[in-house]
Amino acid sequence: MSANTLSPEMLHPDHAQHPDHGGEDNALFGFWVYLMTDCILFASLFATYAVMRHNYAGGPTGKDLFDLRYVFIETMFLLFSSFSNGFAMLSMHRRSRSATLKWLLLTALLGLGFVGMEVREFTHLVMEGNGPDRSGFLSAFFGLVGTHGTHVSIGLIWMGVMMWQLYFKGVTPAITSRLLRLSLFWHFLDIIWIVVFTVVYLMGVL
Amino acid sequence: MYESELLGKLTLSAIPYHNPIIMGAVGMSAILGILLLVWVTYLGKWGYLWREWFTSVDHKRIGVMYIVLAVVMMLRGFSDAIMMRIQQASSEGTGHGFLPPEHYSQIFSAHGTIMIIFVAMPFFIGLMNFAIPLQIGARDVAYPFLNSVSFWLTAASALLVMVSLAVGDFSQAGWTGYPPLSETQFSPGPGVDYWIWSLQLGGIGTLLTGINFFVTILKMRTPGMSLMKMPVFAWTILVTTVLIMLSFPVLTVTLALLTLDRYLDMHFFTGGMGGNQMMFTNLFWIWGHPEVYIVILPAFGIYSEVVSTFSHKRLFGYTSMVYATIAIAVLSFVVWLHHFFTMGAGADVNAFFGIATMVIAVPTGVKIFNWLFTMYRGRIEFTTPMLWSLGFIVTFTVGGMTGVLLSVPGADFMLHNSEFLVAHFHNMLIPGALFGYFAGYSYWFPKMFGFRLDEKWGKRAFWSWLAGFYLAFMPLYALGFMGMPRRLVHYDNPIWQPYLLVALAGTFLIAYGIFCQGAQLVASIRNRAALRDATGDIWGSHSLEWSTASPPPFYNFAKLPQVESLDAFAHMKEHGILHRAQAPFSPIHMPRNSWMGVVMGAFTFAFGFAMVWHIWWIAAASALAILALVVMRANDENVDYMLSAEEVARCEKNTSQPATHTTAGHNDFKPITQG
Repeated sequence: MSANTLSPEMLHPDHAQHPDHGGEDNALFGFWVYLMTDCILFASLFATYAVMRHNYAGGPTGKDLFDLRYVFIETMFLLFSSFSNGFAMLSMHRRSRSATLKWLLLTALLGLGFVGMEVREFTHLVMEGNGPDRSGFLSAFFGLVGTHGTHVSIGLIWMGVMMWQLYFKGVTPAITSRLLRLSLFWHFLDIIWIVVFTVVYLMGVL
Repeated sequence: MYESELLGKLTLSAIPYHNPIIMGAVGMSAILGILLLVWVTYLGKWGYLWREWFTSVDHKRIGVMYIVLAVVMMLRGFSDAIMMRIQQASSEGTGHGFLPPEHYSQIFSAHGTIMIIFVAMPFFIGLMNFAIPLQIGARDVAYPFLNSVSFWLTAASALLVMVSLAVGDFSQAGWTGYPPLSETQFSPGPGVDYWIWSLQLGGIGTLLTGINFFVTILKMRTPGMSLMKMPVFAWTILVTTVLIMLSFPVLTVTLALLTLDRYLDMHFFTGGMGGNQMMFTNLFWIWGHPEVYIVILPAFGIYSEVVSTFSHKRLFGYTSMVYATIAIAVLSFVVWLHHFFTMGAGADVNAFFGIATMVIAVPTGVKIFNWLFTMYRGRIEFTTPMLWSLGFIVTFTVGGMTGVLLSVPGADFMLHNSEFLVAHFHNMLIPGALFGYFAGYSYWFPKMFGFRLDEKWGKRAFWSWLAGFYLAFMPLYALGFMGMPRRLVHYDNPIWQPYLLVALAGTFLIAYGIFCQGAQLVASIRNRAALRDATGDIWGSHSLEWSTASPPPFYNFAKLPQVESLDAFAHMKEHGILHRAQAPFSPIHMPRNSWMGVVMGAFTFAFGFAMVWHIWWIAAASALAILALVVMRANDENVDYMLSAEEVARCEKNTSQPATHTTAGHNDFKPITQG
């Protein structure tokens, strides 16, 4: 079959006439749907944590282990990263590549800070002999918080790829659509973290 | 256990060459596989297969590949079934059958896993891949490339199960893999890990498919097709995708937690150290029960299409059919505990789940009556798909009633874990789900390949399956009442043996049925000229897929059809609306084929295999390779193209002659006022 390749810009107006390959709209909607499935994934982990949160097996409790001040700072890193991500989106809509890149960089650094603090907390716990193999409670803790941390880390890789694409290709429709999805993902992880902070740390200490 | 850096736990002793049965099976599979490879090479078809099939993002091709996968895995799963039946028929008293216990346990675990995850799932996903975009008047799915990835993930997981035959062993913990038996302490070998990774990776593929078809059905319907004008099959698939999206993440988590227990010594489900085994059972069935409806609802949709088509009437009670489907989906999430009434949740909780389970019989009954009323005063044609549907209605009702019986917690205390349960769920899954897929297979086959299947062999297959089913499973109901537990490798009760011999005979009859299906395929291919479908509407049917040529052009519709009413194609025929597009055509936006799906599948297999054997460097490298492919794909801008109008015109000319509105059967659709 003969075919003439088109650039995304040329294809874009075409989507209006061809709802059969709805491109970016479908991508955004589908990503929302994916996020909802991710929500179920976290719901299962929260349920597990709720069931196992008192299964200390003679080991330490949340009260013994959690340092609320440390986790609060960690939380601030993530919340501010969402904030700066919002600014990145505003710059993107103004089609300013450099501003978008700068805000994304800040977002990534804050995200890195969050992941770094979490890794430090985990290492600390493992070194003290309070790793995930210590008790059912700690397994559930590491399982839930670690899954969130893994998500943030994947988000960071994604963000890196996007910054690279943005740098070389500029604010194209395809990249805009991807950045919108990344932004959804990032805010979603923020919301999950707020629940983690409440259910795991606050309720664990109080 | 010793682990080397290079190969993890994998050593030559992992190959069970001392076991003649396994080696025989491996040898057979290997010979068949090699013969297939040689044959394809001899025909010089590798390039064709690669270009047109393996790299295809066309939903029709992917659908066919799913069905091929399901059929291959069905042969494997059925071999397991025959071995189990032979074992049980011959292991009374002093007889010990031919299988050692550890092998027998692997067989029933593999049988369950394969039949649910690698037969039922890919079979209906194949049918929906093929039919759904055509039914809703779309040119492809929402994410054609993702569709290819989903298929190859499923294929990679199926391959993982097959490899477990030759390298290492499979789980002995049943298809449900309950801890603590599935924990390292009691299952230190690679068997449970094979089970975990094949389910996990295949499950991710299924989840992606669920999202893909949910978006496809919601966003890509042709102009005029509102939700309540969709064919019932599209409705059942829509609801099924919702079930997939709500339940498969739970499976992902359940398996991941068990993985953490096994690989990192965590204590989610262990006996001591604060683990909670009930948590696994709950989580597993929160996925597992909806999973039952995930495999049955598409079959309900197929029966609806088939019964309407071959009664030459509109489906009775379309709206109630839709709402019954939704009701079943909602209820499917509040009944999971009936899988473990005996685990001590207490009378109140059991009562709630028992009643919720009974209530499911109501929407299911609505469906049964709708099919009956559709047939009532219809002009029924007893074609093969219709026979599968009729066999289903009668037999499934029996299974449904035994299900209501089991939903009474008191009765369940007596019958759980017995052969009665085995008979019950096979009664739901074989005449319920599988007969539906067979009906769909013979119903859509002419649309897939342009010729229909041989009726004579089809009918032989049906009657063998139906009679074989009754012979194989009715004795198990009786055995359940007689107190025979499931999964026995040996027993000391001579009264049970005659029943098990009858069951064995039934299994052989089913084997003959499968032989007939093979013969049907061969006979049909040989005789394809006579069986050709020139009209595209071979059955005189009602939905849009029949308005295209058989097989449809790769872009499905040269122009998107405009839908006026339910049963859109029947409406077009009644009103003499031309349903084949006429010139002038406009260009069509098409996705390009991609090699990345199949390569991702290959790396997924490598990842799964490496994880099973603790070969960390291969696992890490494969995971990195998959990540790199994802990034590459994101940077690839050459993923689609425009098919020019001239090209479309040329393709349209080459397809079989357009069916006119005088196609046989077009007046047969009597609208029925619902009341």
